[in-house]
Amino acid sequence: MLRENHPRSFWALLLLFVVFVLFLYGPTITITILSFQGPEGGLTFPMRGFGTSWFTQVFQAQSVGDIGGSFERSLILGAIVCLTTVIIAFMAGLAFRLRFKGSSILFYIVIASLIMPSIVISLGIGSLFELLGIERNWFSSGIGAHLTWTLPFGLLVMLAVFNRFDRRLEEAGRDLGASRFQVVMHVILPVVAPALVGVGLFGFTLSYDELARSSQAMGALNTLPLELQAMQTNATTPVIYALGTLTTAVSLVVIAVSLSLVLLLRARRARRSSI
Amino acid sequence: MITPASAVVSAEQKLASTKEDDSGRDPNAPSWRTLLLVTPLTLVFLAFFVVPILLVIAVSFFNYESYQILIPAFTLQNYIDVFTESTTWDTYLATFQFCLIVWVITFVLGFALAYFMAFYIRSVTWQMVMFLICTIPFWTSNVIRMISWIPLLGRNGIVNSLLLNLGVVRQPQEWLLYSSFSVILGFIHLYTMFMIVPIFNSMVRIDKALIEAATDAGASQWQTIRHVILPLCKPGIAIGSIFVITIVMGDFVTVTVLGGGQVASVGKSIWTDLSYLQFPPAAANAMVLLAIVILMIVGLTRIIDIRKEL
Repeated sequence: MLRENHPRSFWALLLLFVVFVLFLYGPTITITILSFQGPEGGLTFPMRGFGTSWFTQVFQAQSVGDIGGSFERSLILGAIVCLTTVIIAFMAGLAFRLRFKGSSILFYIVIASLIMPSIVISLGIGSLFELLGIERNWFSSGIGAHLTWTLPFGLLVMLAVFNRFDRRLEEAGRDLGASRFQVVMHVILPVVAPALVGVGLFGFTLSYDELARSSQAMGALNTLPLELQAMQTNATTPVIYALGTLTTAVSLVVIAVSLSLVLLLRARRARRSSI
Repeated sequence: MITPASAVVSAEQKLASTKEDDSGRDPNAPSWRTLLLVTPLTLVFLAFFVVPILLVIAVSFFNYESYQILIPAFTLQNYIDVFTESTTWDTYLATFQFCLIVWVITFVLGFALAYFMAFYIRSVTWQMVMFLICTIPFWTSNVIRMISWIPLLGRNGIVNSLLLNLGVVRQPQEWLLYSSFSVILGFIHLYTMFMIVPIFNSMVRIDKALIEAATDAGASQWQTIRHVILPLCKPGIAIGSIFVITIVMGDFVTVTVLGGGQVASVGKSIWTDLSYLQFPPAAANAMVLLAIVILMIVGLTRIIDIRKEL
């Protein structure tokens, strides 16, 4: 793309793009470097030595917070929310192919959840459990709060996918004698599988990083983002950077796995259809 | 690449198009299967969205005491408190200011970057790569991305030592961190992507022939942007703006982490009430906030009719 003759505006905009990417990734890269400070190092440059001592400290008992526990909770919660989001969004996607009574209202409720200030939802869920006298917990109210955030994304992806779905495939399956269930399992599911991986990616990462909706819904035990926010105010050592590097690494691994899974599924489908 | 924003547009399209042909008898009348399939989704949103929001409305009229968080009652006292406290007005004013500044910057930045990716980059592969580069941070932790600014902007941070070494300033600049500046910087850092994605989506749908026609008719690049591209991107701009405005209006995390104790916002004051377990005043304030956000969205859709633009 660089060999062509470009107008000056191209270079100006390319420069803007590069600066923007630096702006996007620069801070994260900075704390990644700083998390490898030697044991004497502080919260900022210069680097005093180089090592992984702060990473080992993350997993040792902390004076503030419960990092190991919250990390574990966040991973489990993310996995549960991921799976639930995929299943519910897939089912709803199938249903939304037809217009049914209340489909518009349901659609707008889901969209409203996406743009509702998170603190209002958090407050509402907190009040609901408070009034019902049920203790708020990460595996009850917490999952619910996260689903109101992940499901809108999941449903929108499914709607877009089913919009482009060739219904003749389904009809062919029916004509060949497949039951409704068999059509779903053997025709629809393989075709939309890459999109389901995408929905799962939204489900896990959005839950794993969620903070605003969780604030009143988690109860006594924090998830990792909540713990991080609490720690941040009295962080005096690079432990917080090490923790940040670790959570970013988890996110990046999940993104990489999802993207390669999508590419793999697409490649397999392309190979099959070419036979 | 499927993105939420494009899905909003296509989903609305779908709902709009199916509306037209429901006068006759529908051969695909909803069966019990369809209803069964949407039951989980409906239940989740009833239990964790609709009922809680209705409850917030109810709670905003409740009483409270220090040992009992919620006392069912009907009092307007919470609203009276919200409107009579002088800090409320300052907080709303500050929040509007953030909202306006962040909206302008993310819009200009998002539009320019989307324009670059959509019209200057010819190869689809390159487009996708650049698009992914912009969206990957969206899938990583927001709190970490906020905290990442601290070693850069702090008193002994990189920016300050750079400025000192270059002789630009004599003393470390305190306004860089825990200030309105760092909060706005954080917002732009986190949410420009919400502008880029929908605007980019609108742009790639524009028929290239229209732009050629504009050029052939003698329009300059600026005129083409102003009179052809900008109007055709309105739905994308509207969707991006709705995201940015609602996020900034309700935010309390960015303001807490990057504003230190110095910066106020509506979301933060609700959050502070909640941390003292004062649910009813928080709910009243949340209702006022919600009303304002809805008004802003309605205003936006009045200016830009998302459906009509499709």
